[in-house]
Amino acid sequence: MKIQSVKDLENIRRTYARELYYPDSIKVNIGMAMCGIANGARASYEKAVKEFSEDSRVAIRQTGCIGFCEKEPLVEIFKSGTPRIIYKNITEDKISETIQSHLENKFKKDWILGQVRDPRSLIEEDIENPLDAVTPFKEVPFIEDLPFYNRQVKIVTRNCGYIDPDSIEQYIARNGYSAFFYALNELKPDEIIKTIRESGLRGRGGGGFPAGIKWATCAKQKGERYIICNADEGNPGAYVDRSIIEGDPHSILEGMLIAALAIGSSQGFIYVRHEYPLSIKRLVTAIKAAEEYGLLGDNIGGSDFSFHIKISTGAGAYVCGESTALMASLEGKVGRPRAKYVHTVEKGFRNSPSNLNNVETYANVPAIILKGAEWYASMGTEHSKGTKLFSLVGNIKNSGLIEIPMGVSLRDIVFEIGEGVVGDKNLKAVQTGGPSGGCIPESMLDIPVDFQKLTEVGSMMGAGGMIVMNEDVCMVEIARHFLEFNKEESCGQCTPCREGIKQMLEILTAICEGNGQKNDIEHLEELGSMMQKFSLCALGTSAPSPVLTTILYFRDEYESHIKDKKCPAGVCTSRFQQRGKEKSPCQ
Amino acid sequence: METAESTAIDYKELDEIIEKEFDLDKENLIMMLQAIQDRYTYLPEAALYYLSAKINVPMSQIYGVATFYSTFSLQPRGRNIISTCRGTACHVRGAETIREKLENMLCLSEGETTPDNRFTMETVRCVGGCSLGPMVKINDEMYGNLSSDDQLKKILDKYK
Repeated sequence: MKIQSVKDLENIRRTYARELYYPDSIKVNIGMAMCGIANGARASYEKAVKEFSEDSRVAIRQTGCIGFCEKEPLVEIFKSGTPRIIYKNITEDKISETIQSHLENKFKKDWILGQVRDPRSLIEEDIENPLDAVTPFKEVPFIEDLPFYNRQVKIVTRNCGYIDPDSIEQYIARNGYSAFFYALNELKPDEIIKTIRESGLRGRGGGGFPAGIKWATCAKQKGERYIICNADEGNPGAYVDRSIIEGDPHSILEGMLIAALAIGSSQGFIYVRHEYPLSIKRLVTAIKAAEEYGLLGDNIGGSDFSFHIKISTGAGAYVCGESTALMASLEGKVGRPRAKYVHTVEKGFRNSPSNLNNVETYANVPAIILKGAEWYASMGTEHSKGTKLFSLVGNIKNSGLIEIPMGVSLRDIVFEIGEGVVGDKNLKAVQTGGPSGGCIPESMLDIPVDFQKLTEVGSMMGAGGMIVMNEDVCMVEIARHFLEFNKEESCGQCTPCREGIKQMLEILTAICEGNGQKNDIEHLEELGSMMQKFSLCALGTSAPSPVLTTILYFRDEYESHIKDKKCPAGVCTSRFQQRGKEKSPCQ
Repeated sequence: METAESTAIDYKELDEIIEKEFDLDKENLIMMLQAIQDRYTYLPEAALYYLSAKINVPMSQIYGVATFYSTFSLQPRGRNIISTCRGTACHVRGAETIREKLENMLCLSEGETTPDNRFTMETVRCVGGCSLGPMVKINDEMYGNLSSDDQLKKILDKYK
């Protein structure tokens, strides 16, 4: 069936919202994003299907992830008129007992994470909270009140964990594609761009360029224009885009559709990394479903607007996250960046105007169109509006994916949302921005997290990886780890990056192996500053950041490696001195 | 053990990939190479020459692409590819130790294949399972929270 009008969309919404919120059977939602699966969710799912396939009272379904990776596999069980309970760590051995006891109203209290207060997303305020008429369970906390969740605002992740990502109907049931139809029927292209510009939305891929300005510049160009989505999330420590794609792929398609309307494009591309097989699968399914409903293709919704989306996969090159390299890779070529004196919005993919944003940026768009620029701009800080997703990982108690308004302090993120460092260790640093970012010391944790502040302290926002490091992590060795990464990922075409990284890495390796020399720190600073000034692309200009920030904040660690031949964290002494001897396995 | 020389190429099958699946379109080169590698575990030279003529892209450019992107291999690989994650979150949670354990269990260094073709050892730069580090990816399956030899042995036993 092709959706031809808002009325068609509304009909689907009404039908499936009923199934979503007032199911006839007892619904068991199992979180099946990649981290859930790696923690045993698939085994739980298969066991549940096997054991309850005959039981007509029970319906087993898959969903995306609600972000609390530490408690995966997460399983939600509810039926119409009763509270929605989320159980934690429900592995294969626990799943049958969990469902069975729930059926018998003898809930496994110790296995409960919490109950849901309001399952609606923030673009569904036009319907009643289905749990309003339900008496909540006493003694079971509300999910929304848990420290991990109580500061979160779910705009981008509004559907993650609440819908089956492979079901376009469930996306529509949660008011999906209505922003697109509103833009198609009611807004002129420049009105869409005005809304995005006034919302203050900045690109979530790392650089933070204002999306509205980019869209406006691209829309002014002549000829065929392309809408490209960067899903090449190669930043180690970040899995923000993966979670969005695996939990709610249609939000990205809808965002791209709205961008296409605003900019005037009929062809879109999603460049997704090969290392995310499940993401690719979800996107293929989503695009096919959208085509079947006539939401992608020719004459969408009966209008004269046509838009197609093609998926292209990367093949393991971090530099392809850089816009010009990504576009070269889309053309089937080697992914080497080019100088950007001509912007990609003017000449990008196929030498034509191309608008590139990342997954998180596009997923914000439908909510902004429906709720307005003012609403979005009311969240965040002066120059960074809205929310940002972070993957809070490393030596942290509550690791997982969080979406919080810009401006929350690092300290609150680590100690309130994350509930502190795992075990009884002390916190040493928080790393943001991946191999282009820096390590922020404990003493600076009170900074509010936004684009400006992170840059001011020498780090950057990046894709949203936030790696918490305890006192056992050696800062010199971490800097070395990032440089090794950058060395392998440098495309090699410009000398400052190719040679600079190599020289810095040699110095750092020598320091870690106890062979540091007197002027090594100064040499590192000099090389780093040269690279920042003269490298061709952002990979090269930001590659020294992990080294320069650790020198700035942890100079004493460098000095004790060099002068005293000691690693204060005990990492280098035990590992790198041995590794220097080139021991191969089984010898 | 299979060698680069002994690989027999099925050109009909290649045509399926190049023509049917990817429309002879040069822009799909990377995905064509992925499909060829999925079929043969690596990129056989003969297949690349054939592809070059078919889509009219010089061999130099195909070789450039095949060596630029880290997932491509010009050498035959084992039936199962073990990729230990070297992302930062895994790194601070002991990925290096897991890599050493696996290397010792299988007597393999990075890039090597067991004599029986069962495993090839590789590393990957972050698979996005950072909350479960250290992670290991075997083919398309992900394993997280790894620590003990026993646990690793049980996982390896699943792959023949």
